[in-house]
Formats: sequence, C-alpha cells, structure tokens
Amino acid sequence: MAEPAASSGAGHAMTRDEVARLAQLARIDLSDAELDHLAPQLAVIIESVAVVSSVAADEVPGTSHPLPVRNVFRRDVVRPSLAPEEVLAGAPEVEQSRFSVPRILGEEA
Amino acid sequence: MTAVSTRSTTAAELMPYDEALSRFDPVLGLEVHVELNTASKMFCGCSTVFGREPNTQTCPVCLGLPGALPVLNAAAVESAIRIGLALNCDIAAECRFARKNYFYPDMPKNFQTSQYDEPIAVNGGVDIDVDGQPFRIGIERAHMEEDTGKSLHVGGATGRIHGADHSLVDYNRAGIPLIEIVTKPIEGTGRLAPAVARAYVGWLRELLLGLGVSDVRMEQGSLRCDVNLSLRPDPGAPYGTRSETKNVNSLRSVERAVRYEVSRQAARLATGRRVVQETRHWHEDTGVTTSGRSKEQAEDYRYFPEPDLVPIAPSVTEVERLRASLPEPPAIRRARLQADWGFSDLEMRDVVGAGALLLVEQTVAAGASPAAAKKWWLSELARRANDAGVALDELGITPEHVAAVQSLVDAGRINDKLARQVLDGVLAGEGSPEQVVSARGLEVVSDEGKLSAAVDRAIAGNPGVAEKIRAGKMAAAGALIGAVMKEMHGQADAGRVRELILEKLN
Amino acid sequence: MSDLTRMSAAALAAALRGGDVSSVEVTRAHLDRIQAVDPQVHAFLHVDGDGALEQAAAADERRAGGEDGALLGVPIAVKDILVTRGMPTTCGSKILHGWVPPYDASVVTSLRAAGMPLLGKTNMDEFAMGSSTEHSAYGPTRNPWDLHRIPGGSGGGSSAAVTAFEAPLAIGTDTGGSIRQPGAVTGTVGVKPTYGGVSRYGLVALASSLDQAGPVARTVLDAALLHDVIAGHDLMDSTSIDVQWPSMAAAAQVSDVDGLRVGVVKELGGEGYQRGVRDRFDEAVRLLVGAGADVVEVSCPHFEYALAAYYLILPSEASSNLAKFDAMRYGLRVLPDDVAAPSAEQVMAATREAGLGDEVKRRIILGTFALSSGYYDAYYGQAQKVRTLISQDFAAAFEQVDVLMSPTAPTTAFKIGEKLDDPLAMYLNDIATIPANLAGVPGLSLPSGLADEDGLPTGVQILAPALEDARLYRVAAALEAMLHERWGGPLLDRAPELDAAA
Ligand SMILES: [Mg+2]
Ligand SMILES: [Zn+2]
Repeated sequence: MAEPAASSGAGHAMTRDEVARLAQLARIDLSDAELDHLAPQLAVIIESVAVVSSVAADEVPGTSHPLPVRNVFRRDVVRPSLAPEEVLAGAPEVEQSRFSVPRILGEEA
Repeated sequence: MTAVSTRSTTAAELMPYDEALSRFDPVLGLEVHVELNTASKMFCGCSTVFGREPNTQTCPVCLGLPGALPVLNAAAVESAIRIGLALNCDIAAECRFARKNYFYPDMPKNFQTSQYDEPIAVNGGVDIDVDGQPFRIGIERAHMEEDTGKSLHVGGATGRIHGADHSLVDYNRAGIPLIEIVTKPIEGTGRLAPAVARAYVGWLRELLLGLGVSDVRMEQGSLRCDVNLSLRPDPGAPYGTRSETKNVNSLRSVERAVRYEVSRQAARLATGRRVVQETRHWHEDTGVTTSGRSKEQAEDYRYFPEPDLVPIAPSVTEVERLRASLPEPPAIRRARLQADWGFSDLEMRDVVGAGALLLVEQTVAAGASPAAAKKWWLSELARRANDAGVALDELGITPEHVAAVQSLVDAGRINDKLARQVLDGVLAGEGSPEQVVSARGLEVVSDEGKLSAAVDRAIAGNPGVAEKIRAGKMAAAGALIGAVMKEMHGQADAGRVRELILEKLN
Repeated sequence: MSDLTRMSAAALAAALRGGDVSSVEVTRAHLDRIQAVDPQVHAFLHVDGDGALEQAAAADERRAGGEDGALLGVPIAVKDILVTRGMPTTCGSKILHGWVPPYDASVVTSLRAAGMPLLGKTNMDEFAMGSSTEHSAYGPTRNPWDLHRIPGGSGGGSSAAVTAFEAPLAIGTDTGGSIRQPGAVTGTVGVKPTYGGVSRYGLVALASSLDQAGPVARTVLDAALLHDVIAGHDLMDSTSIDVQWPSMAAAAQVSDVDGLRVGVVKELGGEGYQRGVRDRFDEAVRLLVGAGADVVEVSCPHFEYALAAYYLILPSEASSNLAKFDAMRYGLRVLPDDVAAPSAEQVMAATREAGLGDEVKRRIILGTFALSSGYYDAYYGQAQKVRTLISQDFAAAFEQVDVLMSPTAPTTAFKIGEKLDDPLAMYLNDIATIPANLAGVPGLSLPSGLADEDGLPTGVQILAPALEDARLYRVAAALEAMLHERWGGPLLDRAPELDAAA
C-alpha cells in the first residue's frame, strides 16, 4: 500500500459560523435554531467522510464519471423551442413576456 | 481591510495620461467573449437568431428546467478548435466542461457550464501591428462556455441595475455558445497601451470575421471585451494589483477604458492609496469606470467537472483537417493584398486601422479599383460610421453597393458629389445605387445643348468674370463653373462644363 | 377473471393479448385499489385517473388495430422525480409544489410509446435524499408489511405501490440504492441498470454521475419486461450508452446457473448486518450452490470507503443540481417577512429556507463545503480517487467471478421516525448498494425471505459488470424460481392483507 495522501483540509471541524457562511453561499436563510441543530450534525458527518483523505495515493487518478465515453455531440440543427405560454406557465410572475424577478444586486459576467 | 470606494471617480482623482505614463508601466490583459454564429445553441436545439420576441427561443435545456440535460453542439466545438488554431494555440488532446457555480437570475441553472482547468485551446500567440509597430500578444487560452439570459431593469433610473425595483429576464440568449479568449499579460506597451488594446480587439474581430465563426457585432454584444489593467513603477517590477473592467463593447471604448484606468490607478498609487482588485463597470456615456464587486467579497465558484457531459477528445486527423481549412493568416493575407493593390505601407495601415481590409477586398472583387475602394470606405463611409458610432461593416452598405457607385462615376453618369447623395440613399434603405439614382433623379445632364445654353447664360450673367478669362486668368473659370452647377442642381459633369467655358471664351 | 391487481405484469400482458381483459378494465381495477388502500399506504402523490383511463382506452384501440407490444395496456406508476408533461412533478418537495412540467422525461416518453397507462406519481424522499421516504414534504409512505415501518427510500412510494398491489409495475430511480433497498424491505424486485443504460433526460437530477432510473416490480420477469421498454440510447442524454441491448425478458426466461461463478463480497456482510438478513442471504447462496453455481468469497477492500466517498460526491453534485430551485422561473416564491423590498438574492434564500427540508439542506451545505475552495482537494478530489479504487475492486472481482452477491440492505424495515434525526445511521442503509452506483455497474435486488426475528422481508443483491444487465436477470430468475418453490409461492402472498377501507 502506498503512502496515504496528504490531508491538508481533512479533519476540519464544522463550526456554526462555517455553516452560516456555507448556507449563505448556497442561498439558504438558516435560522439560529437550524444552525444550532445542523452544525453538530454536519461536524459528525464531515469527520466521518474525512476518511477518504487517508485512502488513495497521490498517483491514483480521480473518477468523475463511471463511463469511459468521449465525444458525444449533436448536429447543429435548430429544433422547435417550447411555446411561449409553456415557457412562462410555471413562472411566479410574468411581465412583458419575461420572467419578473425581484431587484438584482450587483453584477456578474 | 481597506473599504471599497463605490463613488464614481472625479476628475481630481485622475492623473493626466502623459504624466501617468511617465511614472508607471502599464500591464494589460484582455478577455474577449465571442458569440459563435452557430444555428442552434451550445447545448440544445433552440435557434440563436438575434432580436426575436422574448423567451421564444427557449426549451427545457436552456431554461434549466428540472431534469433537462445538455448535449454539446458539434459545430461549436469545431469553431472553438478553428479559433484556437488561428490563434496559434495548442488544441488539447482531451478537455472537458466544468460547472461554475454562482447564483444569478439570468443564469437558469445557477451554474454556468464552462471550461475551467481543461480548456480546449491553450498557449498561443499572435502578431499585431500598432501604428506600424509590431506587437506580440500571447494567448493564454480559448475556452468554450454558454451565454446567460438578458435582464431588463424596471423602475429605476435609465434602466440601470441600481435603484431598479425589479427585473425582467429573457432567456433567448441563455445557452448561446461563447468562446472566451484570454491573453497572457501584455507588457512593454508603454504609452501605446490603449492603442494596443484597441488594435488587438480590432485584429481579433477581423480574424473571427475571416474565420466566419461569429457575426462579431460589438453593438449587439456578440463580441464583448473585459479589460484588465495594472500599473507598476517600472518594467522590471512585479505586477501591480489589477482592475477588471467588464463589458467594454466598442473599439473606441476599449481604448478609452484603458486610458481611463491608467489615469485612475496612477492617481491612487501616486497618493499612496492602493488599487483594489475588483470588477469595474464601464460607462459608455460618461467614459468612466466605476467600482463593482470587489474580489475580496467575491463568490467561491466551486468549480467541478460537469457530470452531464463527457470529455471532448478531438482526433489529430480532425484537428489537422480543421487546420488545413483555415483561411490565410492575417499577416500573409495583408502582405499579399498590399502587393496586389500597390498600396504604400501607410495606405495599408490606414485601411487595416479602419477595419476596412475585408471590405476593400470585397469592393475590389466587385469591380472597383483598389484606390476607389479605399477612397470610399476610408473617407465618406468612415465618417458616417463614426457619426453613427458603428463599425464600417455595420453601416448597412455592402461592398457591391460601393463598387456600383464607383462604376456609375466611372461611366460619367454621376459625379463625386452626386455619389455622396447616392450613398445617402443606399444607407437610408432606398435600394441599390442604380435605384437611388433613378428614384432621386441624380444622373448628370449629358445633353450638350442644355449644358451649352447654361454656360451661355452664366457668361452673359457674369461679364466681368468672362473678361478675366478672356484675358487669360483661367482661375476665374471656377466662378462660372459654380454658376452652371448651381443652375443644373449639381447634376452636371464639372469637367465638361469647364471645357465648354474655355471653348466659348477663347 | 381473478383479481387483476394480484396478477403479474407478464400475466396481465398475456390476458390482454388473449383478449380476456381490456386495458381499461385493468387500469380501472388498479385505480380502485389505489382508492381503497392508498389512504393507509400513501404511495402516491398524484393519481391521474382520467388520464390513465384515456391512455388505457388508446392502448385497447392500438391492440385492436393489431399492435402487440410486450406491455401494451399494462398500467404503471412513476416516481415523482421523472417529469411528466401536464402532470404535477414535485420530487417530494414543497419548493416544486404545483409545478406542471412542459415536457416528458425520455423514460415517460418510452412508457407512453409502449402504451402503458400512467396511474400517477409516487412518493419519495425529497429530491431522492433518504432511505425511508420519511423525508417527503408530503408525509411518509408506509410499508404494506407493517404500516408503522418505512418502505425504504428514496423510492418508497414506488416499492409500496407494487407491494400493495396498487400498480403492477413502477419506475424508480437509484442514486445509492433507492430502487434496490426499498425492494429489499418490501419484498419486491428492483433493478438499477448499468449507468447510461436508461436515459436520464427528464429525471430531476440528484447526483448526475450516480442517478439511474430502473424497474420496480413483483417478479424478475416483470422487471425485465419493463427494463426492455425503458432501456436504450437517447440522443438527449450525453451519458446514454449507444449499444444494442439484449432482451432482458429473454434472459429472465433462461433459468440456469450451472457453472456460474458467484462471488460473495466479504466486505458486504457480517458485522452490522441483521441476523435474519444474513440467514436468508446464506440460504440463497446455498440454493445457488445446489443448482451448480461455484461460490467463492471475494474481497473488495475499498468498499469500506464507499459510503464516505458517496456522501461527498452526492452532496457535491446535488448542491449544484439543486441550485436551480431559486424562485425565479418556476415553483415556490417566498418573500422574507422582515424585508421591505427584498432583492432577488434575499428571495432566493428565503424560498430555499422555506421550501427545502432538513435533509436537503444538510446535503446542500455538505456539498457546498466539499466543493469550496480550500477543501475541494481533500474532500471531493479524494472521494473521486476512492471512486477509482472501487471501480478497480469491481474489475478485479469480475475477473474471478461472473456475478457478485450480498445482502441488499443491512436490516429489515425500521420503524417510522426511528432514525430521522440520526443522519449517519440513516446513511448506513445504503452501505451495500452504493458501490454499484460509484462504479456504474448494474445491480438487482430480489426478495430472499423473511427475517426470523421480525417476520419482515429481506433482500439479496446481485451485481454484474457494466453492460451485463442481462446476466442479472438470468441469475435472479433462477434464484427466484428456487425460492418460490421453497416458499410454495411468491413472498408477497405472505404479506398481511391491507384493510381495504372504502
Ligand atoms: Mg467566462
Ligand atoms: Zn433551448
């Protein structure tokens, strides 16, 4: 068996603040009670899954996908789009044939 | 941590450009997003046609509906490889897509399917010409990604995002294939930094047009440029902190934005403040950049390999086939055309600088002489494009039209002055030059009898001038010619009028 | 005609083919049964009686026109994670309450093309996160063997529907065992095909590299017949395999294990596995030996780490897949109470807070963590390496044997509420099923009997190399025949009668 891989980040303790930061990144407004409840649970889970860091040697390649398939393409052919009323049917709010969303902060590109 | 200024910069916070350049060395970086002109989107069969009714070119895939899955457009990959090859990049033997995770309402899945650590093309470089001086621009990478939807901001001032009370999203653009082309840091430009930035983007536009992979219409957003700029005390010093100015969408703006950032950053550095690493927004109307989201508060994109797509592994044969199909490289093409046309270096530089190379070439192909083609595109039409704030090829007049106008002039049916009116007519959508001439009645009067009578009247009405000409003062003929042209509403051949005047007075 | 709801899909198909019964009659019988017992079982989130009867009439017409599909006219229930045009799809979540998709999943398109009336949508753990169906936002499904117990998960609605004779067949999805484990705890058959065997287009993704839809049935042959309907290459799914699949139904009718090399996975058994589960497993193995199979013990040393790798890979992919539920384009929109003019960002966060359940939040946060900068390599990156090692274990094992076997789940059905707030204990239910998802190989669970200590069903899992799904049916059909002979009939004959309250 080869040397276990270095485990720089493993063994991380999940604090309440950390859970709050992650929840913000994931856009979930967790209440204080939920943070209190979740943080210790996540700490236990993370401690338990951290075992992965001790298993595989550095030279083991990762598998992101179970299939060894390459080069799957579609031809550049236009296919019918959905009818506009179907597109907007599920929208919480519609205005001018567009999805109406609350005001957007900042910008990304 | 220093607070991020969100105020727009005032004049006092800018250092004059020349002074800035005498004290700092600029380092440029350019990221260009190009929308490909494939018929269908990157991952679904929806049409990419610009300007359709909102949300009519959408489907479960590009709306990111639950359950939908992407399938990669083969033509987009082919275009990406051709762009990579034209930029002298290495094409990856195998590459993949990744998910760039961040929440934004115009992005249907709340992740962008993009390439991250395995782009399709890497490590290229191109030679451009800036005012006669050659520049090598290193290309870091060219990668594939999908475009986002478009938001309309409602309720705030002038449609701006700030102060709007809600936004309306159209996903027709979501999923249109993009190629992002990223330069390596561009050093050694010195005071030419704005010109280099502009020349590179102009050159890239020309390249992409020649490849036929994009419409490259900057005003429609099919070519968008992000400008990275940093300053350092001198060329040997490590790079300074850079700003990233987003969505600079015309050649002129690229130049202005670089200039502005040089002046802004120099003012900060000279007064002991630091440059914040941040995204900045370019304001076309006021010509300034303002602070956006600073990188210190930036998102953690949590990239990971896209599990819904499989890796792309273009075969060597396929890549070589695409390489063989590339058009002539720009530098070689330019040299060939210059020799064919007999233009001087300076003339050629003017043509290239105006973004008129392809147009002149097509105009010559349509039958005009190189000199005439150059004359129309670089004078009359360049002026009009400039007034309208569009590129020459976006004016709405074709090389065939221009050649037709010149052939009317050559046939003596119109003169240069009338030709300008013909151009106006074509630009106003009145049809072909021939149609404009007949509809507007612009043809020159070739009836010798009418011309002769008009000359007689001019002589009779200006006896003093006539006397001078009889006395040998030929320069005075201009006044009589003017009188005749006025009477004929410009529709006369000025040369013939001059001949008639001299005949009659000698 | 005997009780139509008790008949296997194969028997129903034969009766339809023989003209003994119409699809409308068969469909109506199942709708009646749903009406009678579903208030107790709660297998369905949505029943489409009118639609199903209409489709049944169309199937009868097609048959009258000379068509003869293998399952033409046989009704089916579909897990609520597959989108159905015109029929609500919630994935067991409040955040999708009332959403009616404008398109059909490719699996649903296949069912419609095969002329199978859709009875309705079955209950599930929210977004398929769970092993008990207790995490449905619409209340738990109950195990027809004991209404106080769980029917497995996440596809507990599908397993309970076939167990309670509400549907002859159902579609499930299996990301870490969500077809097989419910099969085991309800005494039914469930199959996870080779990854890429069945299109994922229209399957609301939990973990894209693990998800696979498959058959839920009462017999091996029924599962095989359904597998033949839903398998096949789909241009809408880049990860769909472009091969010509052999007939699974044909394989299920070859009952021969003589000379078959069977590997019992050392790491999937023993400690942590309930006594009765192990006993029934050993019995099944002995039956195979008796029928001429060569059984050896095989070690897959990295399976020990499968659960850890799985609980990093799944949440990571899920955190990204579920980001689209943001109140902007469809589904729930909740405004925060304490903000006057909330931004899109605030509405997203308030909606996700209100619309997603505890387990979903737990896994999204876990996945967000595993992918976040600074932790990616140690968690997600390492988990992917473990995935490679697990695939290598499978490859080595399949060099020695034709199929692998293990108990499907470590225990029989537990009581509702018992493990609800102990996520790690809940996660252990999938310990034996997860390796197949990580490696993409096919797996089948069939009933192995009842545990002596609690009288509840146990399951045995058979695993084959990728693309060898047909092998599963060959082996399972042989074992099923021997077990039925031993039991004197199907296991479900021993399930308690549900009180068909009108
Ligand atoms: Mg990008
Ligand atoms: Zn689309």
